[in-house]
Order: sequence, then C-alpha cells, then structure tokens
Amino acid sequence: MTKLMTTAAALALMAGAAQAEGKLSVYHWFEYIPQELVDKFEAETGIDVTIDTYDSNEAMLAALKAGKLGQYDVAVPADFMVGIMAADGMLDTFTPEEVPNHANIAAQWMDVPFDAGRKSSIPYQWGSTSFSVNRDVYAGDISSLGIIFNPPDELKGKINVLDSQNEVLILGSLYLGIPQCSTDRAQLTALNDMLQAAKPHWASFGSDTSKDVLVSGDAAAGMIYNGFSAKARAEGANVEYVYPKEGHVLWMDNVVLLKDAPNRDNALKFMNFLLVPENAAAVTNYAAYTSGVTGVEPFLDEAIKNSPENNPPAGITPGAFAQACDAETQKLYDAIWTNLKK
Amino acid sequence: MAGAAPQGPPQGSGQASGGSTGYRQIVGPLLLPTWAVIGVFLLLPVLLMGVYSFLTKEFRGGVIWDFTLAAYDQFFVTRGLFGDEPPQIEWTYIAIFWRSIWQAGVCTLICLIVGFPTAWFIATRPPAQRSVWLFLITVPYWVNLLIRTVSLKFLLRDNGPLNEGLMAIGLISDPLPLVNTNLAVQLGLFYSYLPFMVLPIYAAVERYNFALSEAAADLYATRWTILREIVLPVVKPGIVAGCILVFVPSLGAFLAPDLLGGAKTFMIGSLIDEQFKGSQGNWPFGAAVSMILMALVLLVLLVQARAAGKAGAR
Repeated sequence: MTKLMTTAAALALMAGAAQAEGKLSVYHWFEYIPQELVDKFEAETGIDVTIDTYDSNEAMLAALKAGKLGQYDVAVPADFMVGIMAADGMLDTFTPEEVPNHANIAAQWMDVPFDAGRKSSIPYQWGSTSFSVNRDVYAGDISSLGIIFNPPDELKGKINVLDSQNEVLILGSLYLGIPQCSTDRAQLTALNDMLQAAKPHWASFGSDTSKDVLVSGDAAAGMIYNGFSAKARAEGANVEYVYPKEGHVLWMDNVVLLKDAPNRDNALKFMNFLLVPENAAAVTNYAAYTSGVTGVEPFLDEAIKNSPENNPPAGITPGAFAQACDAETQKLYDAIWTNLKK
Repeated sequence: MAGAAPQGPPQGSGQASGGSTGYRQIVGPLLLPTWAVIGVFLLLPVLLMGVYSFLTKEFRGGVIWDFTLAAYDQFFVTRGLFGDEPPQIEWTYIAIFWRSIWQAGVCTLICLIVGFPTAWFIATRPPAQRSVWLFLITVPYWVNLLIRTVSLKFLLRDNGPLNEGLMAIGLISDPLPLVNTNLAVQLGLFYSYLPFMVLPIYAAVERYNFALSEAAADLYATRWTILREIVLPVVKPGIVAGCILVFVPSLGAFLAPDLLGGAKTFMIGSLIDEQFKGSQGNWPFGAAVSMILMALVLLVLLVQARAAGKAGAR
C-alpha cells in the first residue's frame, strides 16, 4: 500500500513537473521538421510540443484569421506573408536578449525587408523556385523559362506547373521581363495571353505532387522548389534544376512569434533552439533547403552541402522575392489566374 | 435526401393506447435531439454561409460586415480584366458549373448502367450468398478515398502496369495517354461512387416479388415489357435514390479531377477551395458559389420530389 502511494505521489509530481514546463503549440508546414528534432527539444526543455500543419501560406493565414490566432505560439510563413501578417497586426515582437542565439542569424538575413532587424521572426529555411528538366528526355538548352512557357516539342504535354497562383504568375512575369504587381495594361494582357498559349502544352498542375511526377516520369519537366528537386534526384530521376537566365523566385520561410501566443516564453525557447547551428542543420538535412543560420556547415550531410540545387553556379541572374501587391492590383492577378484555370 | 424517402410522417394510429394528443406530447420532446442536430450541424452552417455570401470581402481572407451583392455580381457579370468595360454575362463560372454538372451526369449514367445489373445479380443470388457479395462490394471502401484515387493514378500512368502490360503483349507500341484525361477523371468518379448506386437499387430489387415477372411472362409479356412495365416502376425509388446519392457528391468532387485530371481546370469544388485556401482569399465569393451550388442541388431534389409525388398520386 505504501509503495502504491509513493508511486502515485511520484507520478503526480512528474505530471506536475511536466505541466510546469508547459506546452508549445506550433503551426507548421507539412513534412518540414524532423520528428527527432522535436523530440530533442522536448527532452531538453520538458515542454510538450503540439504541431498542426498547413499546406500553403494562404491556408495558414485563413485559419489564423478564422479564429485560430491566440491558439498557436509560432507559425512558419514565407517572406511576403511575414509582411502581410505584420501589417495585419498578427505578430508579436521580441528583443534579441529574449532570444540569446539571435546573433547566429546570418548577416544577409538580418535586415530583411519583411522584418528589418528580425524583431518578430527568425529564419527557418530559404531556397528558390524555378524548374527542373529530365535530361533523359530532353538534352538541349534549358537555360530559359521558355522550357515551361514555350516548350520544345520533346517536352510538350509533359510539363507540370505548380498549382500556386503566386509562383506561376511571378515566373511568367520573369519570363516576359515585366515587374511584379504591375498595373500596366499591355504587360498584364501580354502575361495573360502568354499563359493561355502555354497551357495546352502542360500536362498537370500540382504543388505537393511536383516531385513525384518527375520521379514517376509522368512529367519530363516541371516547376519545382530547389530542395524538392534535389529529393527527386536522390530518388533516382535524372533531373537538372535550372537557375534560369530570366531569374527565379527566391523565398525564405521564417518562424514568427504570433500575437496573443498562449506560451510566449516557450515560443522564444523554441526559436532560440532552432537558431542553434546543429539544430538548424538538422532541418536542412531533412528538408534539403538552406538554413539562414551561421555555423551550420560542420553539421550538414555531404550530399546536401554540395548539391547543385543549393549551390547555384556563379554569374546566375539573382532571384527575386515575391512582392505583396495591394488589393486593387491583386484583383488583376486573381483574374488572370482564374482565367488560366477556368 | 428527403425526396428519396417514400414514407410519410409516422401516424399516431399505430400506437397501442392513448390518442394522438398523448402521442404528440411524447414525441415533441423526443424530437428535440433531432432538431438540435439539424439546427446546429445543418441549418446554422448554411445560414452562416448565406450571410457571408452577402458580406464585403476583406483583402486576403476574412469579411467586413457590410452588406453587398458583390460576390453574386462577380459570379454572373464581367466587366473585362480591368473592370472598365460595359458589363456582360460572365461565362467563366457558368462554364465551370456546366463542366461539373456534365461530369456528374455522365458519372451517374455510367454508375446506373453498371450498378443496376450488379444490384440485380446480387439480389437474385440465394440469401446466404447475398451478404458475401455485398461485403465484397463494400470492402474497397474501407480504404481512404485519397489512397484509392492515388492508386488508380499508379495503375493508369504511362509506365504503370496497364500500359506496360498492353505493350508487353504487343497490343500497343506507345503508352496510351490515360492519366490527366477526362477519361481518368470519369473512371475515378465512377469507382468512387458505384456502391452508392448499387446499394439502394439492391434494396429495392430485393423487395421485388419475382412471381410478378412470372405472371407477366405467363400472360405473354415480352422480357422488355416486363422490365419496363413491371420491374422498373417497382425499383424506381431505389434507382432515383442511387442517382441522387451519386450525382450530388460527384458534383462537388475535386479529388479525382485534381489527382487524375491534373487540376488543369477548376471544378466547382476546387473553385470554392481556392477562395478559402488559395491566394485569392475571397470568402464571400466562396460562400456565394456554395450557395448557388446548393440552390441547384435543391432544385434537382425538388423536381425529383414533385415527379415522385405525381407518380405516387397516379
């Protein structure tokens, strides 16, 4: 009886201890953090982590707007979405003292336009979006976005494009050499016409399937994220990721501190944890993109460190971040997208 | 599926004792849970959706509580890409609806053509065997719809077993383009919804008294006449129920069009999805499209209910 009582008391104490350390509620992309890293954080801090996932920046924004703000501590929006959420007052701020590893943020990612000085966010991973070509199917010149928008005969009907308005319209704009968030009639009409002419050559629209269609051979070329293309190559597809001469889309996902976070302290502990080089490298080894933290190199897998997808050749056209257009301009781009998929 | 249920409201006369007043006194409170479920899970969401469809869109998702018809205007009227041309009828969304309706209609027809003989076959087996056949029909549906649809894609793709098999036996030299076609979408929908056709028809056929067919045959009715004049009127409720159960969900389906058809064109379902989860973030428009879809479905059910009512009166 005494033994039973002691056990019960011990259990109660343990439960109490775990509760004292508290919880952390993370809103994250699907398949974007290795479980071992979450386990490591829980073991180090005793904090109980819950992760819900989303599959697009917009879906995350919609869920938070629909009443989930105040339930989550951190989320992982892309660059332009950090700006949108900050403008909507959905982010909380912190000081570098609250996140001791703040100094580990790589210098080039400290004063980003969407969060100057990193007051609400820390870098998670960054990468690029352009396209990949199966070199078994097409061996010719693949340096231009024309591969997607005006494809050679060998690739016609074998192209997958991302099912994502932003990426398709920005890459299309880069191909035509027109700026983002344009309100110029001639430019937008040209973009609309170019996309309408290109669509018959496309086999499918798909974002989360963009790697699988290249591996399975359903598509011989496709818009894709650089890390995803590296994974396709690792899975046996002879695909080459291209940094096109017209430019590519640059993106960075960031861990943000949400407004009304129920566990603000734990959220800051989590952000601090992710800024430890070894932990940032663990994410990179899993997701195959690039970390925004200094000192990760010793912890990176060789294959990731040296992948052609993550190490663009010198002299490429630099990438461009997506811009958040204003409401009136966005309406025009929405119409072009609906027109493309009608 | 109110229109598919032939029974009227339960009558008090069936009660062993107590007049109809006593029955009503009991049944009123007993129905409360039903009303609560209908109210909370059916009427309230639909009401919310209806209200949202008349609100002003907030940029990038959300609504502003100002009454407007903008969402319905966007559905039916176009003023050109830049919004400064004279208003014309907007065909974009009507075309998307028509595509979905056509697809659901074809799917229903195929399910009927295949499902009726299947149901007939099962219903005419000895009773012990019937449950085995029904069991076999339902087994695939224990697996998640998404997984079944993806599996179908694996079978149909250029280097999938179907194409490889046909090439191995020399029937074709190049793979047939099956994936990302309307044919694949139809196959996916048909495969998803077939049981919804088979089961109600089976239930109707099972109740059919086959002595009626024999009697008709004895009176020199041809097989075609027996089918048309005797069998069909009896099993018609099952067929109608099956058609509705297949047509309505396939109207809003977007898993098969997205995965098997390549998501190249919007279906009603993916159009609505885009308004909430895509870049457009236009909740009132998403709600308006949903309301228009629901109005269409209700119209179909009403027409069916009236037709059934007339048939019953005859």
